[in-house]
Amino acid sequence: MMKKILIVSIIVLLQSVTSFAQEAKRTIPSVDIKTLSGETFNTSEILNDGPIFVSFWATWCKPCIQELMAIDENYEDWQDETGFKLYAISIDDTKSMSRVAPFVNGRGWEFDVFLDPNSDFKRAMNVINVPHSFILNAKGEIIWQHTSYSPGDEDEIYEILKKVAEENKVSKEEEKIEK
Amino acid sequence: MKKLILSIILITSFQLIIAQNQEKDYGQIQGNFEINMQSYNTDSIIGAFEVPEKVRANTYANFIYTKGKFTAGVRYEAYLNTLLGYDSRYNGQGIAHRYATYKGDDIEITAGNFYEQFGNGLVLRTYEDKTLGYDNSIDGMRIKYSPIEGIQLTGLIGKQRKYFDLGQGIVRGIDAEISINDAIKKLADKKTRVLLGGSFVSKYQQNVDPTYYFPENVGAFSGRLNINRGGFNIASEYAYKINDPSYDNAYIFKDGNALLINTSYSKKGIGVLLGIMRLDNMSFRSDRSATINDLHINYLPAIAKTHAYAFAAMYPFATQPSGQIGMNAEIFYNIKRKSALGGKYGMNISINYSQVNSIDKQKITIDPTAEYPNLDGYTSDYFKIGDELFFRDFNIEIHKKVSKKYKFALTYMHEDYNKDVIQGLSDFGIIKAEIGILDMTYKFSSKKALRSETEFLYTEDDNGSWVMQMFEFTYAPHWFVAVSDQYNYGNVDEDYRVHYYNVAAGYTKDASRFQLSYGKIREGIMCVGGVCRNVPASNGLSLTITTTF
Repeated sequence: MMKKILIVSIIVLLQSVTSFAQEAKRTIPSVDIKTLSGETFNTSEILNDGPIFVSFWATWCKPCIQELMAIDENYEDWQDETGFKLYAISIDDTKSMSRVAPFVNGRGWEFDVFLDPNSDFKRAMNVINVPHSFILNAKGEIIWQHTSYSPGDEDEIYEILKKVAEENKVSKEEEKIEK
Repeated sequence: MKKLILSIILITSFQLIIAQNQEKDYGQIQGNFEINMQSYNTDSIIGAFEVPEKVRANTYANFIYTKGKFTAGVRYEAYLNTLLGYDSRYNGQGIAHRYATYKGDDIEITAGNFYEQFGNGLVLRTYEDKTLGYDNSIDGMRIKYSPIEGIQLTGLIGKQRKYFDLGQGIVRGIDAEISINDAIKKLADKKTRVLLGGSFVSKYQQNVDPTYYFPENVGAFSGRLNINRGGFNIASEYAYKINDPSYDNAYIFKDGNALLINTSYSKKGIGVLLGIMRLDNMSFRSDRSATINDLHINYLPAIAKTHAYAFAAMYPFATQPSGQIGMNAEIFYNIKRKSALGGKYGMNISINYSQVNSIDKQKITIDPTAEYPNLDGYTSDYFKIGDELFFRDFNIEIHKKVSKKYKFALTYMHEDYNKDVIQGLSDFGIIKAEIGILDMTYKFSSKKALRSETEFLYTEDDNGSWVMQMFEFTYAPHWFVAVSDQYNYGNVDEDYRVHYYNVAAGYTKDASRFQLSYGKIREGIMCVGGVCRNVPASNGLSLTITTTF
């Protein structure tokens, strides 16, 4: 009898703990990074009505550039469909930081690019290697993250963005009803 | 039976309590984990020596707890024993980094280990780079305060990390940064944005030398100015260091200085960059006898472009703190879609040139009869470029997408590399190398792609010419396999014409990555399967697992 109780309680407890872990949605920490003109920007201002895509990259990282190019090709279409916003965080340090603005403009990228020259934001997000990207919902909760890039990964990114955009709509409507 | 019902009720109510508590903010725990493990086979030809442990591993785990304005973090590191290429003083394990931070609206206080950068880092930058085995974090206190919008003040004091220990010297620093447009409301909407900054850093280390009066307190200061208007940007910093006799400068008493100016102009489709840098006696460490990568307080960025391809990165430039003058220029150009050259998808071109020379140095001979002999070591004409070439790099890169399925990147590079100066050796002279790289990607389907990288390095110096071929097959979003071979066919000694073959496979799911590779590896930056890292020379099996949670 005692054994049964013990087993039942362990299972229920485990369930509670795992559901707790799942429930606690993570958000992004508040860290000071820089705009391309060198001014301070706090990451708590990373906001959007739709999904948010945060991508850590560097000018010396080929796969990062491939990933951003793949997104850039679809940027307008995806924006129309999902309303997503891209924040590309360059971890180039003083050595190559000044390359970022001409590099980005030279390629005609139109999304927002920020500088994290001493990797403060990268560390706060526990990013190990670049590329590493995150998808956040409109509440700023981290829904998905991914490290590395292979051609075709953009399809998965697009699917998740669409899903998050849909969920955002649903939760907004729920909020309206509550009000 | 009653007991069972009772306990189920109890457990259920407990569950309810937990469920209710979820609404409360218990804070968040985030972190990551990394293991790099390698087995070593002896291979005298490539210089892979016998490793008694056979297998070694570097592992790291970070935990960060955040609740509201409070953050605390620890990093556990274990090197059992350090991978080849890392300093063996890391051998062992422990909590190498721990801190607690309170971040209010305009004040931030950190106790414990922290990383900080003043301006460009010319007088202070602490950071970590695991691939380099570099960590000069300060263990102490830091306060950041913003009295009004647009003004940021930082003050810090502490000792620097030295492997699992701390360095002798005490580091103290203050920094102020003013964004003129934010601080003065009248200028808020002006197109021209101006940023001003200044730092002062000083170190203290007791002098125990019986013959010389080495200064125990050494100060360094710097000023910086950034101006931005539309697509035009100028970022400049000048740093000056008071006499700092050290092992690095052969214990001379000369002051040091550094100047860094980066200007750029860009608009959609075109970008231009010009940087200049002059350094004179600017090594700055918290221990005057420190060597290698120990206890650097400041950071002197390499002015040349960082290359990612294996052969382009074979002879990378490293800053010469004792004195150098250099420049770097680059043009980025995007040829529009639907033009003759651009084709359907457009084409990107970048052209880069950089050169670094010695500075002028006129030796001062010490007069032993003088009451106060001049111990400056040398004098230098500020505007004179030295005769000795340290480094030169000219390269052109073209990226073109031909069709939905096929794209390529073509690189040509000429490099002059002063091996004696950059690596601190003698009798190697300047290595002249011509490098060509063709990188092609073919997408079979929306998930499957094959990438081929062909590289060629021609030189009559050093180890002679090299050729390399790599194939990488990716199956998005999870799998990759790669095979590569680097062949040193031009080595003068036929016994050393070695094939560095390597096979690798990896699996990625979300923020976790598992990679296994086997083969011979030349030291350098390696990019396979979507991630770049530094890898030391070796022959064996290597396993990497990383995860962010």
